[in-house]
Parts: sequence; structure tokens; C-alpha cells
Amino acid sequence: MLKGLSLTIERGEFFCLLGPSGCGKTTVLNLLAGFEQPTAGAVRVDGRPVTAPGVERTVVFQGDDSLYTWLTAVENVEFGLRLAGVDAGPRRATAERYLDLVGLHGQGHKYPSQLSGGMKQRIQIARALVCESPILLMDEPFAALDAQTRSILQDELIGIWQQTGRTFLFITHDIGESILLANRIGLMTAGPEAGMKTIVPVDLARPRRRGDPAVGALYERLADMVSEEVRRAGALR
Amino acid sequence: MPVLSVCALLLVWQVVSARFFPPVLFPTPVMVGKALVGEILSGRLLTDSVVSLRRIFAGFVLGCTIGAGLGLLMGSVRLARRTLDPFIQFGRFVPSISLLSPALIWFGIGEGSKLFLITYTTTFIVLLNTLGAVLSVPRNKIRAAQSLGATRWQLFRLVMLPASLHGIFTGMRVGMGLSFTTVVAAEMIAADTGLGYLILNSRLWFQTDVVFVGIITLGTLGYLADKTFQALIHRLAGRYAPTH
Repeated sequence: MLKGLSLTIERGEFFCLLGPSGCGKTTVLNLLAGFEQPTAGAVRVDGRPVTAPGVERTVVFQGDDSLYTWLTAVENVEFGLRLAGVDAGPRRATAERYLDLVGLHGQGHKYPSQLSGGMKQRIQIARALVCESPILLMDEPFAALDAQTRSILQDELIGIWQQTGRTFLFITHDIGESILLANRIGLMTAGPEAGMKTIVPVDLARPRRRGDPAVGALYERLADMVSEEVRRAGALR
Repeated sequence: MPVLSVCALLLVWQVVSARFFPPVLFPTPVMVGKALVGEILSGRLLTDSVVSLRRIFAGFVLGCTIGAGLGLLMGSVRLARRTLDPFIQFGRFVPSISLLSPALIWFGIGEGSKLFLITYTTTFIVLLNTLGAVLSVPRNKIRAAQSLGATRWQLFRLVMLPASLHGIFTGMRVGMGLSFTTVVAAEMIAADTGLGYLILNSRLWFQTDVVFVGIITLGTLGYLADKTFQALIHRLAGRYAPTH
């Protein structure tokens, strides 16, 4: 699936992994999260090899089937604290605070089935944040949302990143999204043995505006590289 | 609407049975109604119903416990799944009624053989449903808990079990239906009480109207049992339904 992929992400960085679908972005995330083990090579966090999932690397998944449908929004958010044995009182208070942070104040008593797609992704983000894990791994969390909701959540995510100062690895196939969010964009080559094509630093000031000409120029550059990859992969097949 | 369709059926039944059949072959609803009142007044219907229901209940509870327990074990422990799989694959094709003969030899004509058969029936259907439910828990639900630091036991108790409950209950509902079938078959062959016995015995005496009383009682009891069970699930475990 992956070959010759080497990548170092700095502490506190917002790193976007960009690539055409099917290029192995999710595999990278699964390796980092510890869900899968590499057949060769190694994944290290602070110099220690990753061999299993762990609470210092929480995950926001694609789609909403990772939410617990039998728990309310706030019960979903506090799930990690419950696993850690935090008492009900402080646990609930912390969860409420994170619900506020993702803009779901007063919605905690609702079940996931009563919430919109955007709200469900906010719950996932709050659930991942609540454990205070230094690293967040996000697998196209906004891919299934409508454009309006997506751009609102992108702005909010940047706010959360700036407030919490944690390290974010964000996977996307949306070039515009990666430019708005990332400090650096890692562009992956297309399969069958995918690797890192290039790493593009994004030195644009924040907050970034979607209509900014500099954003447009970077978009063109990245779009050319992505379509070159897609063509090359098509020729290989 | 359901009331209307039942009334329509009764009407058609009345006309067809009165016009085309002698009562001993196909009694009219009015005759069956009279027989029903008679059986209720004599107390025989109540006694037989209670006997059958008690057998169903005992076997059902035992079967659900064993089935759900083994299903959860097999779903969560790979070794258990691989070890027990051949027996499950074999046993699911052996209908409980084919075990009546050995059951009679082992447990005698009393309650033991019926308990064995109903338990056997319920166990398999609940086990297969439980196993299926555990194995189809979405992978991301499991991974989310793992990345939030769940231990194996926490993963089972807080994710696998609640995510499987709906499937387990569905298996139990099917199991209850099969328990009714099994108890009647067993009572027809080897019993001197119960609704199955009532139906068979009435046939021997050409009391066709009482045969129908037995059949209607069975259907009604089954329907009520299922409704009660459903209401109970909804009340106690509504939040575990996939969409609620």
C-alpha cells in the first residue's frame, strides 16, 4: 500500500495530508493511530514506537458511525473520561465545556440520531479533544458535509487549534480545505505503492480568506500537481 | 384497520364453513366461539395455557441466557469462536423436534424433555443472532474506544455489548416464536397437558371446534407475548435501537 514514505510532523503543527482518493491517506492515519502495524519501517511519537492505539493520539473518523448511538451527545463527549475513571461530576463539567467549544451549547441531552451531520462531527471533535491528547488525527472529518457547514467547521477547527495548541494531522482530498487549514501540506503520490510526492509549506497569514489571491495561486499550483499524479496513476494502470 | 380485516375474515369464515362444510370438518366461528366459552368455563383452557406458557417461559429464559452468553463469548474471543463454530454449524441444521426421541429417553415424558427442547431451540437462534450482532459492530465504534484508551473489558462492556443489544433482542423475539412451535409439537407427541395436547386430543374425539379454540389461543398468546416483549424492550432498552 505505502512505500518509501517518510514524514516528520512538528509539535503544535497543523499538518494536512492531501492526495487523490485511494492513495493510502487513511492507511497513514491507521498507522499513526496504531490501528494497523507497518510491515516495514516504524512510526514514532516523541521517539517512542507506536504499537497500539493510545489516548495520546485520538482520532476523528470519516462519517458518523463511530459515535455511540445509545449515548447522548454529552455522554459521547465524556466517553474517554469515563474510560479513564474520572468521577461523574467533574467528567460532565469537562464534557459540557468542550460541547461549548465546538458550538453545541445546550445540545448535550440529544442523541446522535437527533442531530445533523455537522453537529455529529462536532461531537466527534469534542470527544477527541476531551482527553487532552496532544495529537489529533482527523480522517476527512468534513467530507460528507454540505459546503456551507464545512466552511463554518473549518474556521472553528482553526480556532480550536489556536486555542488548544495541539498537533493536528488532517487528511483531506480537498485542496482548498488543506490551504485554509495547514501549516504544511503533504502531497501524496497516487497508488499502487504510494509515498510522499512533496511537502508544501503554507506561509499565508491567518485568518486565511477563501477569496485571497495568494490562496488562489497556491490552489492552482497544488491542483496541477494533483492532476499530474492522477494522470500518472491512470497511465500506470 | 386491523379490526376491520379480522371482522371480514370472520365473516368469510362463517359463510364458507356454514355453506360448504359439515361442522365436524370445519366449524363456524360461532360454534368455535361457543366451544371457547365452554373451555374457559370448564377451566381446561386456562390450565392448558398456563402449562404451555410455563414451559415456554422456562425454556425461553434458559435458552436466551445460554445463547446470549455463548454468542457474546464467541463474538469477542476468537479462540472460542473457532472452537465452537463446527458445533454451531452442525446444530443449526438439526431441528429441535428431531431431538424429541433422545430427549424422551434422557429426560422422560415429564417437564424435563420439553424444557430441553425449548431451551435448545431458543439457544441456537439467540446465539446466532448475538454472534452476528457482535461481529457486525462497526469497526470505527471499536477503534474510537481504543484510541480513547479503552481496555479490553471496557471495550466489551461499553461498546460491544450495548452495540449488540438490539441484535440480541431480535434473536430473542424470533426465539420466542420458535418456542411456541416447539412446545406444541412436543406436547402433541408426549404430554397429557398443554395446548398441543388439547389440540391433538380434541382431534381424536372429533371435537373440531375445540381444535380451533386451541389454535386461536396459541396465536393470541403468541401475539400477546411478542407485543409484551417488544414493549418491554422499548421501555427498558429503547436507546439501544440503531435508530431511535
